[in-house]
Amino acid sequence: MLRATELEEDIASLTVNKLSKTFGASRILEEISFTVADGEFCVLLGPSGCGKTTLLRIVAGLESASGGTVDIDTTRVDLLPPQDRDVAFVFQNYALYPHMTVFENLGFSLRLHGVAKDEIQTRVSEVARLLEIDNQLNHKPQQLSGGQRQRVALGRAIVRRPKLFLFDEPLSNLDATLRANMRVELGRLHTRLGSTMLYVTHDQAEAMTLGEKIIVLDKGRIQQIGTASEIYHQPSNLFVASFVGQPQMNFIEGRLDGHGKLHSKAGVEFDLSGITGGRVAPDAQLTVGIRPEDLRRCAAADAWFAGTAEFVEDLGSDCFVHLACGGLNLVARLPAQDPIKLGQRLDLNVDPERVHLFHQERRID
Amino acid sequence: MKKFAFAASVAAIGTLTLLPFVWFVLTSWKSAAEITAIPPVILPSVHWDNYRAAITRYELLHYIGNSAIVASATTLISLAIASLAAFALARFKLRWARYYLMLLLALSMFPQIAIAGPVWRLLNFLDWLNSYHGIVAAYISLTLPFAVWVLTTFFQELPYDIEEAALIDGCSRWQALRLVVLPLAAPGLFTAAILVFIHAWNEFFFALIILTYPALQTLPVGIALFPGEYTMPWGEIAAASTIATLPLVALTLIFQRRIVQGLSAGAVKG
Repeated sequence: MLRATELEEDIASLTVNKLSKTFGASRILEEISFTVADGEFCVLLGPSGCGKTTLLRIVAGLESASGGTVDIDTTRVDLLPPQDRDVAFVFQNYALYPHMTVFENLGFSLRLHGVAKDEIQTRVSEVARLLEIDNQLNHKPQQLSGGQRQRVALGRAIVRRPKLFLFDEPLSNLDATLRANMRVELGRLHTRLGSTMLYVTHDQAEAMTLGEKIIVLDKGRIQQIGTASEIYHQPSNLFVASFVGQPQMNFIEGRLDGHGKLHSKAGVEFDLSGITGGRVAPDAQLTVGIRPEDLRRCAAADAWFAGTAEFVEDLGSDCFVHLACGGLNLVARLPAQDPIKLGQRLDLNVDPERVHLFHQERRID
Repeated sequence: MKKFAFAASVAAIGTLTLLPFVWFVLTSWKSAAEITAIPPVILPSVHWDNYRAAITRYELLHYIGNSAIVASATTLISLAIASLAAFALARFKLRWARYYLMLLLALSMFPQIAIAGPVWRLLNFLDWLNSYHGIVAAYISLTLPFAVWVLTTFFQELPYDIEEAALIDGCSRWQALRLVVLPLAAPGLFTAAILVFIHAWNEFFFALIILTYPALQTLPVGIALFPGEYTMPWGEIAAASTIATLPLVALTLIFQRRIVQGLSAGAVKG
């Protein structure tokens, strides 16, 4: 068991090496390797069922791995029980102790680690002040609102000063406004504490705003590791390209002929010779990805796509225009200043620099 | 109309359930003449003689003492074993847990008369007949399957997150059980405890065959032995039965609040 002195603030790095998890015949995680540096905020992003929560629970010690190792700093921890790993875990459902007051909830781990009473008092009130729950210390969890419970759950993690914070979709039970506020607060908290954090979410807005490093997971494999900007602007494969970005990237499948012209399956053709030169073998099957905001209106002579507006989502600042271009359906994000009418004909093209090319699922640079 | 029908059926069921109890409470207050009167006297003239006689002449308090010892010991030991067993059955991913629970249920369905012989021989072999530990051991084996069932269901309903939070916070499995799971399972524990206690308090048949020394006999046996060769002391029996029921009524009323106190409300998103 840890002593009080060992609970002092101690920021650590996390190394996950070739971690795998199988459950019966199904492989939940396959050879996952990554590191989270001292003080880094790392987000595991992926759709539900991709294995991200399992990964987090293995790091916490709540589940065992089928193979591979987990190190915190230089200590191998994957064989230790959770209580010996010095990590804090914030649960999606908060998992507060319903029979204890907020104060007791916050001080529980300190009590277990034999911290002196007045020290517990100081640390709990400090954290309660930080999270603005100091008026609720004598309440039981069921007397609190969702947001307050979330703060208590956070506080319970912070008060311990653990080596590593683990978050399992902590904001997913909050309503949209509260979620946005808590997201900002979490970001501030990280800046203030400077702790190492590993955060699981399926919400790309959370991932992009909070994560210094984002790990995109799908089907138990790492799809890409990078900053928000890298993930967004240089998605390494079709999955990342389609998962990140709202509305989704437009994909056009087709065959490239010897002159750099793409013949899409939907019958639309356009010239990619400016950007494919040397990078793509002629006659290759390609998937072209274009972000909705990269489509821009142009003169009919320069158009790659000519289509009619079938549906317009007006968001005030700009609008998402759903277009039918022959057999192709595209979404374009256009400025709201010049309103688009339903059925209106639009000519669009793209800055070739902003076109993403994928061959057999992978990005071509 | 609907309200009236509801109230009427509640009253009818209540009356039916309470009638025997009310009858012997009334009997306990009657004089000997009123008890045997024909036609029956319904309302007694309120005598306390039967109570006095039950306590002094028939040594009721002594039987109550024995019953209290036996029922409390049964409850404590049965629950201690059952809570550990139920925790394991509910929490550890045991492949055979379901079959084990079914087996327990099947075992508890044996009629007592079918196992009376073996139980008696076993206790005789151990030289445990006419002892508190003998009767308590028999009662534990009778109440355990039921207690395990109640508690397993209860533990299964407790959110697992809370326990995991306790492990992360630094609890060992034992501490998690003691500091988090058991307090949360308190309503379930009280429910099981009361039912086990009532069973042990009321049990007659095993007590009759296992305890033949008057010094060790429990209430049901003691009261059953009130009738003498030429006497049938209905008044004293009624008084003793009334007193015997009081602890159960009191226990249930005291713990009723704990039982319904949905303690786990607010633990997870509510």
